Amino acid sequence: MSAASQDTAVSTGRVTRTFLYLVLILFALFYLLPLYVMGVNSVKPLSEITGGNMMALPQIWTLAPWRSAWSTAQIGVEPTGLKPYFLNSILMVVPAVAISTVVGALNGYILTKWRFRGDTWVFGLMLFSCFIPFQIVLIPMAVVLGKLGLAGTVSGLILVHVVYGIGFTTLYFRNYYAAFPTELIRAAQIDGAGFFRIFWRILLPVSGPIAVVSVIWQFTNIWNDFLFGVSFGGTSQPMTVALNNLVQSSTGVKEYNVHFAGAILAALPTLFVYIVAGRYFVRGLMAGSVKG
Amino acid sequence: MAAPGTADFRTQLQDWLPKLVLAPSLAVTLLFVYGFILFTIVLSFTGSKMLPRFTWVGFENYEKLFALPAWHTAIANIAIFASLYIVICTAIGLMLAIFLDQKIRGEGMLRPIYLYPMALSFIVTGTAWKWFLDPGIGLQNVMRQWGWESFTFTWIKDSEMAIYTIVLAAVWQTSGFVMAMFLAGLRGIDNEILKAAQIDGASNWQLYRRIVIPLLRPAFLSAFVILSHLAIKSYDLVVALTGGGPGRATEMPATFMYSYTFTRNQMGIGASSAVIMLMTIAAIMVPYLYAELKEKK
Amino acid sequence: MGFLEIRNVTKAYGNVEVLHHVDITVEESEFLVLVGPSGCGKSTLLNMIAGLESITGGEIAIKGRVVNKVHSSKRNIAMVFQSYALYPNMTVGQNMTFGLEMHGVPKPERDRALADVAKLLQIDHLVDRKPGQLSGGQRQRVAMGRALVRNPDVFLFDEPLSNLDAKLRVDMRTEIKKLHQKLRTTIVYVTHDQIEAMTLSTRIAVMNKGYVQQLGTPKEIYDTPANIFVATFMGSPAMNILPARVAMADGRPQARITDAEGTERLLPFSQSNLAEWEGREILLGIRPEAITDPEGADRKSTNIVALANEVGVTEPAGSDTYVTMTLSGKDVIARMRADASVAPGEVFNFAVNMEKAVAFDPKTEERIKP
Repeated sequence: MSAASQDTAVSTGRVTRTFLYLVLILFALFYLLPLYVMGVNSVKPLSEITGGNMMALPQIWTLAPWRSAWSTAQIGVEPTGLKPYFLNSILMVVPAVAISTVVGALNGYILTKWRFRGDTWVFGLMLFSCFIPFQIVLIPMAVVLGKLGLAGTVSGLILVHVVYGIGFTTLYFRNYYAAFPTELIRAAQIDGAGFFRIFWRILLPVSGPIAVVSVIWQFTNIWNDFLFGVSFGGTSQPMTVALNNLVQSSTGVKEYNVHFAGAILAALPTLFVYIVAGRYFVRGLMAGSVKG
Repeated sequence: MAAPGTADFRTQLQDWLPKLVLAPSLAVTLLFVYGFILFTIVLSFTGSKMLPRFTWVGFENYEKLFALPAWHTAIANIAIFASLYIVICTAIGLMLAIFLDQKIRGEGMLRPIYLYPMALSFIVTGTAWKWFLDPGIGLQNVMRQWGWESFTFTWIKDSEMAIYTIVLAAVWQTSGFVMAMFLAGLRGIDNEILKAAQIDGASNWQLYRRIVIPLLRPAFLSAFVILSHLAIKSYDLVVALTGGGPGRATEMPATFMYSYTFTRNQMGIGASSAVIMLMTIAAIMVPYLYAELKEKK
Repeated sequence: MGFLEIRNVTKAYGNVEVLHHVDITVEESEFLVLVGPSGCGKSTLLNMIAGLESITGGEIAIKGRVVNKVHSSKRNIAMVFQSYALYPNMTVGQNMTFGLEMHGVPKPERDRALADVAKLLQIDHLVDRKPGQLSGGQRQRVAMGRALVRNPDVFLFDEPLSNLDAKLRVDMRTEIKKLHQKLRTTIVYVTHDQIEAMTLSTRIAVMNKGYVQQLGTPKEIYDTPANIFVATFMGSPAMNILPARVAMADGRPQARITDAEGTERLLPFSQSNLAEWEGREILLGIRPEAITDPEGADRKSTNIVALANEVGVTEPAGSDTYVTMTLSGKDVIARMRADASVAPGEVFNFAVNMEKAVAFDPKTEERIKP
C-alpha cells in the first residue's frame, strides 16, 4: 500500500494510478479528436481528403478552404461565403447579450433586495421559462414577429433572444445578490441612496464576476442558437444556419475542407471565450444547472 | 393623537420603483412564454394548416398525431436517445470526475479539454461528426488505410443504427459538463467523512459505493434533469448530423414539430406535438424547480 | 415630550403580531438598550425606528415629529449594523462620507467632517483603505465613524459588538461608553448580551415575546426585576429561583425552604407586606452574590441569615468561586470569595443576604411589590 497522502483520504496504488492516467488520457484524445479532424482537414486540398486519410497531416498546406468558407462559398443560392452571416451573428449577439444582462441584473437586484409578496412566484415563472422546449413558442412567435414587422430581421432575433434569455440572467444575478448582505442595502438607504443609486453605487461595483458569467452564458447560447435563427432569420440568418446550409447543400461537389473551415469559423468566437474565460463559463454552466 | 400623514413623494416612489422596473420583464414573460404556450395549446385544438385558423376540431390533431408512423418513429427515437444519452453521459461523467479527483497531475490541463465541446454549437459538433463518421472519407476509410481492410462502420448511413451516432455526438458534447457537475459535488464532500470511513476499514471501492456516490445524490438529480431537458429539446444536432435521415430514421419530436409546422403546413399537428414535448419537460422540471425554490426560501 | 417617543407601537406580519403595544420615551442624550433573547422583537423595533420596517400601529416621533411615513434617510438617524455593512467597493473615507454625499453636502465640508471623526476614533490613518483590508475592530470603528459623521439626532446600534472576539468586545464596549459620555448623543442600542446592557445603558428595556417586560435604569432592572423572566435573563449566573412557603415568625414574614438534608429552614424577609401571603406558595429569588461565605457577606446589610447546607460542586473562576448546592429541590449557585475554603460534600455555613431577596407570585410570575 502506498503512503496515504495528506490531503485526500483516498489512497491508490501504482497499478491503479497507471490505469487512471490511461483512461483519462484516452478520453482527452476522444474529446480532442473532432477538433483535430476539423483543424487538419481545413488546411488540406480536397483531393487529400477524398483520396487520402482524414487523420493524416496535410501534404500540401493551404488556406484556400478558409478563404472560400469566409468569402466565396455557396450559401443557399448566393456565393457570399460565411462573412455576411458572421456579421449578422455579431449584430444580433452584442445587443441581445447587453440587454438581457442588464435586465437580469436589475431583476436579480429587485428579487433579492426589494422583496415583495409573491416575488418567489414571479421568479418561479421566469425560471421555468428557461426550460421550456422552444417548439412551444415557435408558431405564436412567428405570428407576432410578422405583425411587428420584425420577421426575418436581426432586430427580431434580438427580441427573441432577450425574451428567452432574461430567465437565465435573472437566475444568475438573483443567486449572486442573494449572498450579498442586505444590511448594506439598509445602510445605504439610511445614508439616503435610492433604488437606482444603491444599484449603481453599491451593487454594480461588486457584480463583476457574475456579469462575466452572464455575458459569457448569453453570448455562447445566442451565438450557438440554431432553432430561432432558422425559424425567424429570414434574410438575416445567423452563422449557425449558414453553416448548416453550407454543409447540407446538395448541389455540386462536397467540399469537406471548406465545411471544416466553416465549422471552425462558427466555433471560433465561443471557443475563444472559453479559452480566455473558461472559469466563468463553467460557473455559468453550473449555476444554470443547479439551484433556483 | 395626529393621524399618520401620507408619505412624501420620494418615499412612495421608492416603494413602487422596484415593482415598476420588474414589471416589463414579468409582462414579457407572461406574454411571450405563458401567453404563447396558451396560444399553441389552443392551436393544437384547431384545424390550422399553413396559418393559424381558429376552427375548433377537439382532439383530432392528437388522434392524427398518434396515428402517424413518423411520430411513432420520433417517440421511439427519443426514448432510445434520451435513455442512452442520460445513462452514458452520467456514467462517463461520474467516472471521469472520480478519476480526476485522485490528485491527478495535469488535472488543470485535462478538465478544459473534457469541457470545451460544451462551448460549441451543436451545428459545429454535427458537422464534425457527420464527416468523421462518413464511411467514404471518415473513420472507416481511415481504418482501412491503416491496414484494417475489413473494418466497417456505416452506422450513419444505416437507418437502424443512425440514432446511435446522434447519441455518440451528444455524449461527446455534454459528458464533460456532467463530469464538472460531479467533480464539484465530490469536492464538496467533507474529507473527514472519507477519513472516518477508512478508519472504519472501507476499501476504496466500498468507500465510493457506500459513502461517496450516495452523497452525490443532488448531483445525480441535477444531471438527470439537465440531460433529459437537453435531450427532449435536441433539434440542432439531429439536423446537422443526419438531417433526420437516412430517410426519416432519426426523426425526433423536435424535428417532427418543425417539419409538420413549417414545411408540411400541418400547424395543428405541429402544435399538438409541441404540447406533448412541453408536457414531458414540465413533468420533469416543475417538481424539480419547485423543490429547489422551496428549499431556498 | 421626549426626544424619541415610541407610542403604542405594534408590528404585525399578516395576522401575526410580533410586537405588542410598545411605549418607550427616550430623553435627549439618553442611552437606551433594548435587550432580550433572539426573536423578542428588539431588532424589529430598532428597524422601525430606522424606517427600515413599516409601522403597523401606533407612532414613532423624533424631536416631536411623527416619522411613521418619513423615509429612513430623512429621519436624521444613523445606524451601526451587526455586520458593519461597510460598502466593500469604497474606501473607508468614501464609506464614511457616502451619506453626506447623498444628502448633497459639498466636498470640502465632507472632508472636514471626515477628518474630525476619523481623528476622534483614531482611524485617520485608515481612510484610504478598503474595508477588506481592516481588522474586525477597525471595521467596527469605521461603522461607528460613518454614523458619527452624519451628526444625527439618534444613533441606532444593532448588536454592533457581537461579531468581535471576547477581548475586543470589552474594549469596544468601553470605547462606546466613553464616546457617549463625551458627545452626549441619544442612542438606542440593541443587544442580547445582558452585560452590555448593564454596562452601557442609562436605561434598559428588557423585551421578550414582543412585549417590553420592564423599562428602567440598570439598577432598577437588576435589583427589582418586574418578573421572573427579567430576573433570570439579567445577571450571570442567573438569579436563583426556588419555591418557598411564607410563614410568620417573630412577627416577620419568613420564607420556608428545605435544605439538602430535607430539613426545613426559615429565611426572614426584609419586605414586610409578604405577611399577606402567609401560608401560600411563592417563588423566592436570590442572586448568587447574595449567598456567600460569612466573611464575604455585605457588611451594610441588616438582614444576613446564616444557612448551613451541603456543598455540591465548587467552580473556582479566579476572581470568585462558585458553589452549586441543592435547596428546595433546585440547584442553587452561590458566589464566594476566591479564597473561601469550601470543599465538595462538606456542610458549609453560608451567609444569605435576605435584604436583596425578591419574591414572585408563582401564578403570574410577577414580582410581589413591597
